[in-house]
Formats: sequence, C-alpha cells, structure tokens
Amino acid sequence: MTTTPQAVRRASPRTRPPAKKPTKAPAREQAATDPAAALLPQTEPVRLLDPDGTPRPARADYPEPPVEALREMYRRMVVGRRFDTQATALTKQGRLAVYPSSRGQEACQVGAVLAVRDTDWVFPTYRESMALVSRGIDPVEVLTLLRGDWHCGYDPTRVHTAPQCTPLATQCVHAAGLAYGEAHQGRDTVALAFIGDGATSEGDFHEGVNFAAVFKAPVVFFVQNNKYAISVPLSRQTAAPSLAYKGVGYGVPSEQVDGNDPVAVLAVLTRAVAHARAGNGPYLVEAHTYRMEPHTNADDATRYRDGAEVDTWRDRDPVARLETYLRTRGALDDAAVAAIAEQAEAYAADLRERMHTQPEVDPLSLFDHVYATPTPQLVEQRELVRAELAADREDGR
Amino acid sequence: MATTTMAKALNAALADALADDERVLVFGEDVGKLGGVFRITDGLQARFGDKRCFDTPLAEAGIVGFAVGLAMSGLRPVVEMQFDAFAYPAFEQIASHVAKLRNRTRGALGVPMVIRVPYAGGIGGVEHHCDSSEAYYAHTPGLKVVTPATVADAYSLLREAIADPDPVVFLEPKKLYFSSAEAELPAATEPFGRAVVRRPGTDATLIAYGPAVPVALEAAEAAREEGWDLEVVDVRTIVPLDDATIAASVRRTGRCVVVSEAQGFAGVGAEIAARVQERCFHALHAPVLRVSGLDIPYPAPMLEHTHLPGVDRVLDTVARLQWDDRPDARWLPQGSAA
Repeated sequence: MTTTPQAVRRASPRTRPPAKKPTKAPAREQAATDPAAALLPQTEPVRLLDPDGTPRPARADYPEPPVEALREMYRRMVVGRRFDTQATALTKQGRLAVYPSSRGQEACQVGAVLAVRDTDWVFPTYRESMALVSRGIDPVEVLTLLRGDWHCGYDPTRVHTAPQCTPLATQCVHAAGLAYGEAHQGRDTVALAFIGDGATSEGDFHEGVNFAAVFKAPVVFFVQNNKYAISVPLSRQTAAPSLAYKGVGYGVPSEQVDGNDPVAVLAVLTRAVAHARAGNGPYLVEAHTYRMEPHTNADDATRYRDGAEVDTWRDRDPVARLETYLRTRGALDDAAVAAIAEQAEAYAADLRERMHTQPEVDPLSLFDHVYATPTPQLVEQRELVRAELAADREDGR
Repeated sequence: MATTTMAKALNAALADALADDERVLVFGEDVGKLGGVFRITDGLQARFGDKRCFDTPLAEAGIVGFAVGLAMSGLRPVVEMQFDAFAYPAFEQIASHVAKLRNRTRGALGVPMVIRVPYAGGIGGVEHHCDSSEAYYAHTPGLKVVTPATVADAYSLLREAIADPDPVVFLEPKKLYFSSAEAELPAATEPFGRAVVRRPGTDATLIAYGPAVPVALEAAEAAREEGWDLEVVDVRTIVPLDDATIAASVRRTGRCVVVSEAQGFAGVGAEIAARVQERCFHALHAPVLRVSGLDIPYPAPMLEHTHLPGVDRVLDTVARLQWDDRPDARWLPQGSAA
C-alpha cells in the first residue's frame, strides 16, 4: 500500500475542535493481506462537517484544511453561486444560448480548483463554469461557448485548462496523456479531470483511468455524482456499491466523499493531489452531491424527480454549511459575510454589463484556425464568403 | 542506389524522426518488442528505449486520446492503429478533438500528431482487416489525410507528417508494404498538397491514390496495346488536395477516370470526379468516370479479387470514354436513340 504524508500525519490540535480520538479507516488496515483493500474507498463517504455545520470527530486520514483556506473557499463559493445565478439569468435574457447550472455543487467546483496549483492542468466538462471562474478565468471567456461567439473563449495554454468538454468522458484520456507528457518532460504537473456520474458509463472514462494507472500518470479523476444524467438516475448507470469502486479494477486507489461538505471535499482532494504529485499514479474521488437546478435552462426536471427530493438536498446546502461552521470557529462574522456578498454582487454586475455588449464576430475568421495554414480549398471558400459579405453590404443587408 | 521496401522506408522515417526530435514518441499496440504486426516499428524500442517507443493497453480511443494529452504537453506523438477497422473506436477522439482543437481554441492549442493506419486490402485478410477508411477522415475538416504509393513518398511524406503543425492521418496501403523500389533514403519528394504525374500520356488521365496507383500504372501500360496513351496522376495527399495538378492533366487529355480501391458511393473518388467536372467541363470529351470497389462490406478473402478494381475494370471503363464521340448508351434516357 502506498500512503501519502497526509495519511499518517496527525491533525493539528488547532484544526481539531472536538478533541476526540481519531477514527479508524478499516478498509486500509486490511491492506497487508488483501492488495485490493488498499485501493477501495471507505464504505461511507468521508464527512468532516454534518449538514448543519457541526464538526464531526477529527480523523487521522483526512486532517482538516487550515481555516484560512476554508475562509477563501467560502468566499469563492459565494461568488461562484452568484456567478451561476447570473448566468442562468442571462439565458432568460437571451444573452446565452444555454447554461448548465452547478448550483448545489459549489463545494466540489471550488474545492477541486483550490486543491491544485495554477500550473496544474484542469480538464473540465460543460458543467464546470463555476470551477473555471473560481480558478480565476475571465467569466466572459468562460461563457463564450454558451454565448455562441466561438467555442472556447480562453487560451488553454495560458490558464492550464482544457476547453470545456461536451463529448462525455473523452477528456479523461487527455488528462492521462497530458499528465504523462508533463512527467516525461520532468515537470511535476498534476492533471485534474472532472467527470459526472453518467459519463462513468462511457468507455473513455475506463480507458482514461486505465491508461493513467498503467503509465502511473499523475491524474486525479474527480467524479461529481449529482445523481442524474439529465433525467437518467444513477441506478441506470451502475450496479456498483458506489462509483468510487470503479478504481479498484484498474489498480487505482479511490475515495468517496460527501460532496456537499466543503471541508471534506478539500481535505480528500488535497490528499488525492498529493498522492498523484508524489509519483504514486492516479487517484479516483467520487463526491456525492446534487444538481439543484435542471440539467440546463432548457430542461424540465419536474418530469423525473419530485420536489421533496430536491428539498432534502436543500437542507444539505454546502454554502450554508460552511458559513455556519466558520461562524462557530470565529472565522466569519456578519460584517465579513456582508462584505463577501457585496463582492459577489459586484462580480455579477460587472459580468452582466460586459455580457450586454454584443460581441463582434468576423465571419472570415471561420477559415483562420481549421489548419495552421489554410488549404487552397479553404482559401477559395474564404474568397466566396468575402464576396457574399461584400454583396450583402452593397445591398444594405 | 539501393533497393528497399515501403515497410523499411517507413521504419527509417520513424527512426530518423526519433533521432532528430526528442519530442517524438512512437506508441500503439505491439509496436515495442514485436516491432508492430507489419514490423514498421522494428528495432525502434531497442534503439531509442521504451520511453520513446512503447506498447499501450489495447484501446484505440485511449491511444488517440492519450496522444491528444501528450500533444497538449508539447510532445509529438506518432501512434499506430493496428488495422484500418480497428481504428473505429478512436473515431470520436479523432473527429471531436484531434480535428477540432486548433479551431475550438482560435489557434491557441494545436495538437500535432500522426495517426498511422495500415489500410485497404489485397492481402487476403479476414474481415475487419481490409477497410478503405479514407473517406471518413477526409470528410472531417481539421485533419490532413495522406497516402503514399511509392517507397520514396512513404519516407518523405511520413517525415513531413511528423513535422506538420496539424494532425495527419497517414494511410499506409498494406498491400504495398513489401513492394520494393530503388530509393535513396533519406528521400525528399514533393511536399503535402502536390499531386504528381507518375506517367505522362496524351489520351486520358487516370487519377489514383494509395493502393490504386500501381493498378492505374499497370492499366496504362496495358492500354498501349489498345492504342491509348494514358496519363497517371498520383494524388498522394487527399487533404490538402491538389486541384491544380489534377485539373491541368485532365485539360490536356480531355478524358478522365478516377480509380480508387474503396467502395465508391460518397467516396474520395466521387469528390475528385466532381471537382474535375467543375473545373474541366469545357475541356472534356466524355463524362468523368469512376472505377472503385463495390458498395459492399469488404468481402471474404476468396472473393476479394471480385471486389478490388483491377486492370480489366480500369480498361473497360477507359473504353467507355466516348472515343467515337458518341454518347454512352447506358446514360441515355430510355427509348431515345444513340
């Protein structure tokens, strides 16, 4: 069994409010006799805060992150949620073609990007807009895809973030290749691949995890199990005890975590990233969370789930949970909460204003990036379009 | 000048690329110790080590997707798909990512890579080993699609493919692997986007690529007995296509037959025929005709000779080029006189 430094380090008293004995991690203790046991997730999702914000007993395997990190996490979650609400509003105003909300998944969206460095690479799906703005990418560049003026609005090489991926799970193999390529060139980059519960049924998820494992590539596969793939429930995706059990067959250590517990998400991902960066190969994390909104603004979630279910998850809100905990710790007060809310409003106002400017899109740019140098056929077609546009202008169209 | 085979020329191109550029990695199924099922990577792992030439899990989508990630990290992957039809699992990666990443990111993130595919038939292979899959790739904007027909081109085009800033699907005609010719390696032939007149002629143009080129050349030789002097154009790079050289040849001869081994419907041969007709209509003495494989799944080995276009089918088609300036009866409306 490989253990990261975090696995054996004791939680410091400062970050351990109730001074109870650390709980055991039973699966991992069987590792000496059963090699698979070392890879299995714990039978219950790791949880460090109860839904009402009460801290659970400290544990040796997942020490609580420093309170400064949690405060920053709270700030980003509040801004992220406001961004998400604003983006949904922009669809209603016709400024965005469509928006897949990640409301309710703030702990996952923010925790994941907090766990990696700026030089690490992130491989997002279309639902990770909040994670990307939390990473510091310009929200207008993030929303370019959904506004429809181009596909990817940011320069992936500058922000170390792949384009948001729509073909399900295909980014998993890219993450494996990137991570292996970086290591091959002597860099200690980690790749973080986001994926949803439905996409774990796709072949590329399995090929990505397997390639990463075989080549010992430093990848963290982060499954946000939000319970629905558009309308199809998790029970139609898998018969496994949980998605975290998919790692063992590939020789990949795995963990499951309460995805609405910000403290646990950050703790688990921090350990997973350290495991990968230390040269131990990939790690799989499943976060149990819930998509509070429909799949996108174009979806009607009432056709496949009832309000009572949504209400249960409303009671597990990750933002409120962290706020309560930080207030108990004395790390947050009314003034700080108000100041952060004000920041979030300013962020949304700025986004609103910038999104109300209609972007200039040059039809002739359609030919610029198909190849490094356009083929003769594209040069001909460019000329055709140029002539069409000139004729339109003459006709005053 | 030494005699060598296309397989050895491809091997030399890979070896020279590995030696010249440390970013180049060669990988796929059985390419390491074994040297590939066709031995195209023979000896590369022994010479360059298993960090530069290595075997992967047997998963084609994984291989190509892994190459995408490697290219994102600045490396130059060269992957082998073991057979044409075994590349289909990788098609989503190729169509959605390999071909589109440069465009999706406004040019910020190109993924230069070479996907080598042994393709087409004529070797008595069982099903799923003999597909002509070029149309799938040629129909996907963002890919370059290259297929050599000569030993020198095999070397030169592969080196150019590895150096190209864009992804290249490099289609290797299996039945030509062990064809030999005198060739001085390293060879530098015409660049991407240039078709070549392999045999000059005055009466009609045969346009061919990959495995169909030797068939066209043989047919042109046999046509001399019929009194026809045929020109043969080797397309070489399907994307980018050299319309200019192709059209210039057809304008000179006034007659054209497009020869391809693939099934003909909606294929590359159809595209070439349409482009010739658009560009050469007023120079044509007869409709542009096509010779292709049949529109059937690739047949079992004992029947492949019926499917594959051979010299006879080419010559029969050339005979229909309205040499007496009378229309081909089969195209006339029913009931009208020729």
